[in-house]
Amino acid sequence: MTDMLVDVSRLQFAFTALIHFIFVPLTLGLSFLLVIMETVYVITGKEIYKQMTQFWGKLFGINFAMGVATGLTMEFQFGTNWAYYSHYVGDIFGAPLAIEGMMAFFLESTFVGLFFVGWKRLTKYQHLLVTFLVAIGSNFSALWILIANGWMQNPVGAHFNPETMRMEMESFTAMLFNPVAQAKFVHTVSAGYTVGSVFVLAISAWYLLRGRHVEFAKRSFAVAAGFGLAAISSAIVLGDESGYTVGDVQKAKLAAIEAEWETARPPASFTLFGIPNQEKMETEHAIRIPWLLGLIATRSVDEPVDGLKDIIARNEARIRRGMHAVAALAELRKHPHDETARAEFARYQADLGYGLLLKAYAPNIVDATPAQIHQAALHSVPHVAPLFFTFRIMVACGFALLLLFLAAGWGVWRNNFMDKRWLLWAAILALPLPWIAAELGWFVAEYGRQPWTISGILPTSLSASSLSAGQVTASLVAFVLFYAGLTAVEMYLMVKYARKGPDALRAH
Amino acid sequence: MLDYDTLRLIWWALLGVLLAGFGVTGGFDLGVGAMLRVLGRTDAERKVLVNVVAPTWDGNQVWLILGAGAVFAAMPLAYATAFSALYPAMLAALFALFFRPTGFEYRAKVNDARWRNFWDWALVAGGALPAIVFGVAFGLILGGIPYHFDADMRVVMDGGVLDAVTPFALFAGVVSLVMLCMHGAAFVNLKTVGELQVRALTWMRRLAVALIVLLALGGLWVAKGLDGYVLHGPLAANQAVTPLMQHVTREAGAWMHNFAAHPWMWAAPAAAMAGAALAAWLAWYPLAALFFSGVSVAGVIATAGFAAFPFLLPSSTRPDHSLTLWSAAASQHTLEWMTAAAVVFVPIILAYTSWVFRVLRGPVHESDVNKNEYGTY
Ligand code: HDD
Ligand code: HEM
Ligand code: HEM
Repeated sequence: MTDMLVDVSRLQFAFTALIHFIFVPLTLGLSFLLVIMETVYVITGKEIYKQMTQFWGKLFGINFAMGVATGLTMEFQFGTNWAYYSHYVGDIFGAPLAIEGMMAFFLESTFVGLFFVGWKRLTKYQHLLVTFLVAIGSNFSALWILIANGWMQNPVGAHFNPETMRMEMESFTAMLFNPVAQAKFVHTVSAGYTVGSVFVLAISAWYLLRGRHVEFAKRSFAVAAGFGLAAISSAIVLGDESGYTVGDVQKAKLAAIEAEWETARPPASFTLFGIPNQEKMETEHAIRIPWLLGLIATRSVDEPVDGLKDIIARNEARIRRGMHAVAALAELRKHPHDETARAEFARYQADLGYGLLLKAYAPNIVDATPAQIHQAALHSVPHVAPLFFTFRIMVACGFALLLLFLAAGWGVWRNNFMDKRWLLWAAILALPLPWIAAELGWFVAEYGRQPWTISGILPTSLSASSLSAGQVTASLVAFVLFYAGLTAVEMYLMVKYARKGPDALRAH
Repeated sequence: MLDYDTLRLIWWALLGVLLAGFGVTGGFDLGVGAMLRVLGRTDAERKVLVNVVAPTWDGNQVWLILGAGAVFAAMPLAYATAFSALYPAMLAALFALFFRPTGFEYRAKVNDARWRNFWDWALVAGGALPAIVFGVAFGLILGGIPYHFDADMRVVMDGGVLDAVTPFALFAGVVSLVMLCMHGAAFVNLKTVGELQVRALTWMRRLAVALIVLLALGGLWVAKGLDGYVLHGPLAANQAVTPLMQHVTREAGAWMHNFAAHPWMWAAPAAAMAGAALAAWLAWYPLAALFFSGVSVAGVIATAGFAAFPFLLPSSTRPDHSLTLWSAAASQHTLEWMTAAAVVFVPIILAYTSWVFRVLRGPVHESDVNKNEYGTY
């Protein structure tokens, strides 16, 4: 397993996942906006709401196709590129993926066609139901995939089976009700609703500035402003309620995000800005706000927030115990009935994953030198600077969007938003922000999990398939080329149909 | 509660059902795609063909996605091994599949002949390539591929994948392409009228005959020319088994053992042959023809499964390490939950899928799609 292979595999996964997540949040958000618009149509009978549903539905369809094309890659990729991972945790991780297929993909994909062709064949109510099922389907999809992803961050309800050499499921319900997964789900779908709202808001604002389709745009703007205000508030307030303090990796991630090198005496202060220096383990030019971090992270004034230096020291001790676990496991696999080996393994089992961390530094884990152990411990927490900055950009985007939606909501309330050119321009300029926030959010979540794929259990360096780095590099290049081409086509069609406005309701 | 052995058996069967579900529904979509330029001579005809498939293909493809997800959950080691060992083939199929969602959705969105031409060919690739790769994969299951596991249960390839692509695997790719094209033509036969329908009908008949010939040849090849694998037992009942604990040998003609031991299994190849024959014969009753063409597809998949049982993916270099449904399975607890999920959701899926097909029943007319109303692809 060369470093090069692992690195390109990671790069390929990150690239394809980030591309998938360009389209996913728009599907999540627009599908519910369509439900809202169509519900208004069904209740009031106003033809303009039907037009709105159909027009935004058209843009939804253009986006949805790419969501499917890029999602397929994700489904294949665990097996193609992360074969050892798939073996090691497939017993747990595969289940939510399969249930996602049964419960979510079938729903959204079966009904999405009917959304387009069903207008004449279905009654109003049936059609509304179809639209609703598409929206519910995509949200179920988010739920199950985030249960899977949440388990990677906080692997509850599973144990290691030395006989089969893999993790096995102990409690399905523990996985289901994983607090990290719950927090991720709420935050991520809220992010999706935000993306959908900004999309509708920005395009409507553009029509208003141009004085085109005014009635249509006014109503769309109002719907998006209302839904968006709720969405962004939820993303900010509810999203990161929990998920922090559960699990080892969340602690290291939090410390890295906050560039918290030392365990501070509670309540910890919040570093607003600074330049983290990983070598020296300190943050230069820091601007700190007293108390704030303690409040955010622990919701108290007397609990400490663990610092990276302490986490590293703790991990070093766990790595040493992990070496015993690795040795005992080898013994146990040779002599499955040896009771002392079994007892020895049971004693150190909890730190097996930490032992495996050494694989990247010592060819033979049990012979690792103190220097190698120290090396592994230093790298058992993520790099601080990338997390520190990306997190702050996400949060800045979040607050900028909150301001935008507050202003837009106020304008809708006073019914004078059409005349506020600055507001309409702000809506247009904000268009990239929710995507930037969402992409950086995933970066924080996934990069912050390093060096683990399954936190505390399976290091990234062991997870990849036994391919050659050349093969994966070739496929990565192919992905970049294909996705760049297809995304360019998608953007072209989006712009083309957005410019046409509601006149676009014919086929072309 | 079901015991572990029963659960493993159930999941072997369910994976077969999912595969057959994809073959029977997604299969005609792939076939129509592959035949797009053959059946649709003019741009207008191709527009009809796209509208035949576009509203429902996405739901059908989920059988494939679910198939992959279910292998991952129920037979994780098989998912890990098959997908990584066949890396170039899997990625070729994957890239070809990208052209389907985009092709169906984008083809009509720009009114330009070159644009539509491009997406037509993209849809041909998106239909034909996966059809061939899935066939080749079946061929490899019967032929075995070169891999083994190390002590940590990591899959290690013994040589490149291309070494594994035997003439038999390529032959299986051709069978798969012919079969799905037949099935696609059967669907077009049902969903169109006039010249297009007659052309589809003619092609379906030709391809059905070709399929019967190919299946007969393939049967002979498997019986006489291809080594099979034999798992030597007994395995302890209801215990976890890994590939490192098995004893497997390669033997000529071994793929016929199951049929000899369980003669009812001959129903599968019989259905494959008879289905194709009946589809050709009943071509003027399009619904019946589509049904029998589907029976044929399911029969072919079942035949391969029965022949290889209990193997999922034999290893040609270390037969002992072959993946069987016993040694690749997930733990009992996982299989229990997965079974519960399947029992609840699969009937619901079947119910609403048939409702959607019912709503959309009836042929697609050229005059309809030319109106370019909302929802025309
Ligand atoms: C928070 C939401 C979310 C996240 C994190 C992911 N997806 Fe996704 N995915 C969706 C939300 C979604 C969706 C909203 O349901 C999509 C996007 C557009 C669409 O067509 O459905 C979708 C489509 C989609 C499809 C096509 C389904 C179809 O044909 O309808 C597949 C196979 C996957 N995804 C698989 C994955 C995998 C294996 C992921 C993990 C690595 C993943 N997705 C991350
Ligand atoms: C769709 C949104 C997602 C995005 C944008 C995303 C982003 C990323 C990024 C940026 C990386 C690279 C991190 C690094 O190693 O430097 C990564 C790696 C990875 N992510 Fe995600 N991720 C997403 C969803 C998921 C989900 C839902 C899962 C699991 C269900 C997942 C599993 C993984 C795995 C297995 C890796 C590779 C191993 C690793 O480097 O840790 N990702 N992802
Ligand atoms: C002030 C506002 C915000 C805060 C405090 C915040 C906080 C966080 C944190 C701590 C994570 C990492 C969670 C983990 O590692 O498990 C995260 C992830 C994420 N964020 Fe945010 N975020 C904010 C705003 C936003 C906005 C506006 C969006 C998009 C519109 C967004 C989208 C995401 C996404 C998609 C993820 C990855 C999924 C996840 O881990 O939940 N965030 N956010």
